[in-house]
Amino acid sequence: MAQATKTRPDADPTQQRPLRRGRGLYSSAVGKKYVMAITGIVLMGYVLAHMVGNLKLYQGAEHMNAYGEWLREIGEPAAPREFLLWVMRVALISAALLHLHAAWGLTRLNWAARQKRYAKRSDYIAADFASRTMRWSGIIVLAFVLFHLADLTFGTANPDFEYGLVYQNVVASFERPVVAVFYIVANLALGVHLYHGAWSIFQSLGAANPRFNALRRGFAIAFTLVVVGGNVSFPIAVMTGVVS
Amino acid sequence: MSEQVINLTLKVWRQPGPDAEGEFKEYDAPGINTEMSFLEMLDVVNERLIERGEEPIAFDHDCREGICGSCGMIINGQAHGPMRNTATCQLHMRKFADGDTIVIEPFRATAFPVIRDLVVNRSAFDRIIEAGGYITAPTGSAPEANLIPVPKEVADTAFDAAACIGCGACVAACPNGAAQLFTAAKVAHLNLLPQGQPERWTRVQAMVDEMEAHFGSCSNHRECEAVCPKGISIDFIAMMNRDYLKAQFKNRRLASQSG
Ligand code: HEM
Ligand code: FES
Repeated sequence: MAQATKTRPDADPTQQRPLRRGRGLYSSAVGKKYVMAITGIVLMGYVLAHMVGNLKLYQGAEHMNAYGEWLREIGEPAAPREFLLWVMRVALISAALLHLHAAWGLTRLNWAARQKRYAKRSDYIAADFASRTMRWSGIIVLAFVLFHLADLTFGTANPDFEYGLVYQNVVASFERPVVAVFYIVANLALGVHLYHGAWSIFQSLGAANPRFNALRRGFAIAFTLVVVGGNVSFPIAVMTGVVS
Repeated sequence: MSEQVINLTLKVWRQPGPDAEGEFKEYDAPGINTEMSFLEMLDVVNERLIERGEEPIAFDHDCREGICGSCGMIINGQAHGPMRNTATCQLHMRKFADGDTIVIEPFRATAFPVIRDLVVNRSAFDRIIEAGGYITAPTGSAPEANLIPVPKEVADTAFDAAACIGCGACVAACPNGAAQLFTAAKVAHLNLLPQGQPERWTRVQAMVDEMEAHFGSCSNHRECEAVCPKGISIDFIAMMNRDYLKAQFKNRRLASQSG
């Protein structure tokens, strides 16, 4: 057990201002990690579906544009046009905001809990590059998503943008090398994020189990490769002229 | 391996008191027998310091057999040094080579302020134990030990958790200064056993809440598991997360069961 070293009462560190204030699940860091994990799963579902949908790029303009139109129509005629699309958008935006808010809270807590670094920093034994850079890989992805929306959803960042012509917009966008490179870099950052995140969710959700723990790394790698591999193939296909 | 004598250089964090400024000081440590433990090596260095009229290096230690959890320092950037599953007192100098420079620092975390040199205040761990790391049982005559059957696997797992010696290496190694592995081990040790059931949900809630008043959060870096002298698994952290979530709902619905 921890030793009972005599300290002056006013120097007792456990009597000082607590790092955490407030009660309830979300004020707890364990609760915030549940939120990170669940919103992370929602976002993972989205990036996977988004990648699969974009494979239509290889089927040509007609298919791709029809797919874009279908996204706006789902639910019709029971629901108004774009209704279900907006339901998904609101769910996604909420998930992203919650993910960001929890990340912010946890980051502040962790910085406060560990203010001093070691003079001699030998390599970490287990903590890998991905786990230590989650907040930075996340921020790169966030910056990219904002640009991506301006580029291909609103069209404000894409001079050749024409509403509804999904295929042509994508091709026009990736014909600018800077955009293609940014897209690839952001996807690699997403890959680093997912390499740790897709492994980590099981632990945060309390779903780790010795029976399948060994499979979690494989799952994370496979998920990352599928999503990032698919995504990165699009700008490469445009730049090499496979898709034009 | 046969006994050898090696010459070392130590860079040690010296800090006269809790509020004093600290700094690294360099010491020559010639003639160190490789059969010595790390703490015995420090003893030798300290005796030489005392002979020269200098202040010896303060460090915590007690059992020197890896079971009390008193010892612990950062040796070359790693909690308890380079050997896995080993407390500082069980680390031997044969792990080092002639001519090595060894950097020795105290455990660092906001919740573990330095008292002096390599000694840190780990009272925050005591606060976590006080919050729920116990069972309520009538004292008096000891009950028959085998009265309550416990499945072998469960007993083994509880024992794995109970192996935690509370040294604080998990906190010291964690980039977030989190005490998840310690707290999870203490929670699991009791929550797995029948004797721990009456207070299961209040225990996990109270201990996690107390933990979070002092320590950071878990990002699943796994660094704690790697430095733990008792090899405690992060599976216990997942178990604690699960019980913490359940406790949020159980306490209210089954008030009578929450102890
Ligand atoms: C909006 C920008 C983003 C930021 C700032 C961000 C930040 C973070 C941080 C800091 C963590 C680690 C939290 C911790 O363990 O302490 C994390 C975990 C995670 N993130 Fe993100 N992230 C972002 C976007 C995304 C996206 C787009 C996805 C999915 C495609 C995602 C999936 C995950 C997953 C699955 C985890 C693991 C949760 C866990 O450890 O249980 N994140 N994120
Ligand atoms: S001195 Fe007791 S564990 Fe090292």
